[in-house]
Amino acid sequence: MVAPATVAPTVAQNRTPQITRETALHWLEQMMLIRRFEEAAEYAYTQKKVGGFLHLYIGEESIAVGSVAAMQPDDDIFTHYRDHGWVLARGVDPKPAMAELYGKATGLVKGKGGSMHFASVEHHMWGGYAIVGGHIPLAAGMAFSHQYLKRDRIAFCVMGEGATNIGMFHEALNMAAVWKLPVVFLVENNMFGMGTAVERASATSDIYEKAAAYRMPATQIDGNDIELVYQTIQEFAERARRGEGPQMVEAMTYRFKGHSMGDPQRYRTKEEVENRRPDDPINRWEKKLIERGWANDALIKEIFTRVDKQIADAVQFAEDSPFPEPSELYTDILVEE
Amino acid sequence: MADLQITYRDALKEAMREALKRDNNVVIMGEEVGVWGGTYAVTRGLYDEFGGHRVIDTPIAEMGIVGVATGAAMGGMKPIAEIMTINFALVAIDQIVNNTAKIHSMFGGTMRAPVVIRTAAGWGQLAATHSQSFEAWFAHVPGLIVVMPSTPYDAKGLLTTALYSQNPVIFIEHSRLYGEKGAVPEGEFRVPFGVADVKRAGTDLTIITYSRMVHVALHAADELVKQGIEVQVVDLRSLRPLDWDTVLNSVRKTHRALVLTEDWMTYGVSAEIAARISRDAFDDLDAPVERLTQEEVPLPYAPNLEQLSFPDEARVVEKVKAMLA
Repeated sequence: MVAPATVAPTVAQNRTPQITRETALHWLEQMMLIRRFEEAAEYAYTQKKVGGFLHLYIGEESIAVGSVAAMQPDDDIFTHYRDHGWVLARGVDPKPAMAELYGKATGLVKGKGGSMHFASVEHHMWGGYAIVGGHIPLAAGMAFSHQYLKRDRIAFCVMGEGATNIGMFHEALNMAAVWKLPVVFLVENNMFGMGTAVERASATSDIYEKAAAYRMPATQIDGNDIELVYQTIQEFAERARRGEGPQMVEAMTYRFKGHSMGDPQRYRTKEEVENRRPDDPINRWEKKLIERGWANDALIKEIFTRVDKQIADAVQFAEDSPFPEPSELYTDILVEE
Repeated sequence: MADLQITYRDALKEAMREALKRDNNVVIMGEEVGVWGGTYAVTRGLYDEFGGHRVIDTPIAEMGIVGVATGAAMGGMKPIAEIMTINFALVAIDQIVNNTAKIHSMFGGTMRAPVVIRTAAGWGQLAATHSQSFEAWFAHVPGLIVVMPSTPYDAKGLLTTALYSQNPVIFIEHSRLYGEKGAVPEGEFRVPFGVADVKRAGTDLTIITYSRMVHVALHAADELVKQGIEVQVVDLRSLRPLDWDTVLNSVRKTHRALVLTEDWMTYGVSAEIAARISRDAFDDLDAPVERLTQEEVPLPYAPNLEQLSFPDEARVVEKVKAMLA
C-alpha cells in the first residue's frame, strides 16, 4: 500500500479566530494598499508613465498578505512576475516600488527591473522572475543553503498554476524532495495561464495532486480566505522548518484583471468575472471584521483614506524622481573585483 | 614551492580540493560527481575526502542543478555546478542565461550569484549531440565570465580565480586535455580573467586560439619553424572578458592573424575576433584575417569523417604558409 502523500486540508475545520483585532485590521490595510497601488499603476500605465508588461494581482491579495503574516521575517521569498502584492505584503515601502514601475533611479532595483523584477534583499524578498517556472530551482537552492548552513530559515516559492506544467517545476520539486529541503511551494491557482484555462493545460486541475509524485505533503485551500491562508501557511511552514521536507499549498483564487495590460480577455465572459466579484478577498475580509465587531464602516473608511494618501505619496515620489543617469547603463553587469 | 608535473584533470581537482578545504561554503554538485568520482574522473577522491554533503550527487536534471546552485549562491554559498558535458548545458541554458547571468544586473546590483559552472567540451566518436563547441553561446551573454584553459597550469589558476570570484563563471574544460601533463606549482595561485597568454613568441604571423586548439597551434608552429616561419601563438584563456590588448599588440607585431577554433565558423568565436582585429588593427594587417574552424556539419560518428571535421596540425601549417605566400 502506498502511503498517503497528500494531507487533507484539515486546517479548514473548526476555525476560531486566533488573530488579534489589530492584526486583522492590519491585513485589511495591507490588502487595500496592494489594491490601490495596482490601480494607481494601471492608471499610470494608461498615461504611458509605466511601460512594458504590467501583471496585476487584483483579487489575489489575500494570499500574499496571509502568507507573509505566517512567515518569519527572515524567511526567503521567490515569486513569479505578478509580484507587486508580495513585495508590498512583505513591508516594502510603496514609494520605491512605484518608482520602479516608472523606471526611476529611486526604484527598488534602480529602474533596472521594472514590474516583473521587484525585489528587496533586506526584506528577504528575492525577486519576481519572468520566465515561467524559472525561479523554482532558485528557491530550492536558497532552501539548500539554509539546510547546509544549518540556518533556521525556510524558502517560499510562489508560482502560478501555469508554472506547474513546465519542466523546471518538476526538476526542482524532485530535488527538494530527494534532499528534504526546507521550502514551501505555494501555487496561486488563478484559473488561467495567460488565457488558457487550467483544465485545458494541466492533466489535473487540482494542482496540489502533483505533489504526490514527490511524496510531498500538499493541500488545496480557498486562497481568498485570508485567515485560512494564514493558518495553512503557518502549519506547512512549520513542518518545513521542523525538517519534514518540502511542502505544497495550492491556493485557489481568481484574477479579476487581464493577464497583463491590453488583454482583450476573449477566453472568458464578463459574466464569469462578475460572478466572482462576491469572492473578492478584500470585501470578504471587511464583512468578516464587521461581523466580529472589530470594525465599522467609519473605521474602514479611515483605513482606506490612509491607504489612498500613502499611494498618492508614492505616485508623487515616482513622478518627482529622476530617471537613472546614462552611466547607469554600464553598471551592475558584473561585480567589480 | 616546487612545480609538479600533473595532469590537467589533477590540476582542476587540486583547485577544487584547496577550495573545499579553505571554505566550508564551497560544495560540488552534479551528475556522478560523488560516488562515481566524476564522468571524466575530475572529482575522483573528493567524495571520500570531504563527504557526500560537500560533493553532492544530483539527479539527471541540468536545469535543476544550475538553478539550485545559483539559488544556493544567492544564499551565501559558493557552489560548483558540474554539467557533465557542454552539450547538456543547453538543457540548462535558460537557468544560465536568464537567472545566473542576470541576478546581479536585473535586481540593480542588490544580489550576487557567484556560481562556478564547470563543464567539458570535446569529442571522440560521440556523434552529433555529444561533440559540440558552444562557448560562443555563453560568451555572447553579458553577466557571465567564460574561460577555457588549455594547460594544467591555466586550468588550476583560472579555476582558483573562479572560486574566489563574486561573479558567475562558465568554466569550459576539454575532454581531450584531461590527460595532458604540465608544470603546476604546489599550493594556491591564480590566473586572472581577461589576460591572454603568449604561449609561443614569433614574428611572422599570430595564431589566436584557446583550449585544445592551442596544442594544435603549437605543434604546427614547431613544424613551421623548420621551414623558417616563426609563428606567435596567443592563448586567449578567457573568452569573456577577452584580452584585446594582447591580441591586437601581437597582430601589430606580426601583421597577420589566423583565428583557430574548434567551434563552427558562422557566428562563432572566430567571427568576433576577426571582426575586432579587422577594425582595430586594420592598418597593421598585411593580409586579411583568416579563420580555421570546425567544418559546418553536425559531427559524424565515423572516425575518418570526425577527423576531417577539425583543423589539425597539417591544415594549420598549410593555411599559415598560404597566408605568407
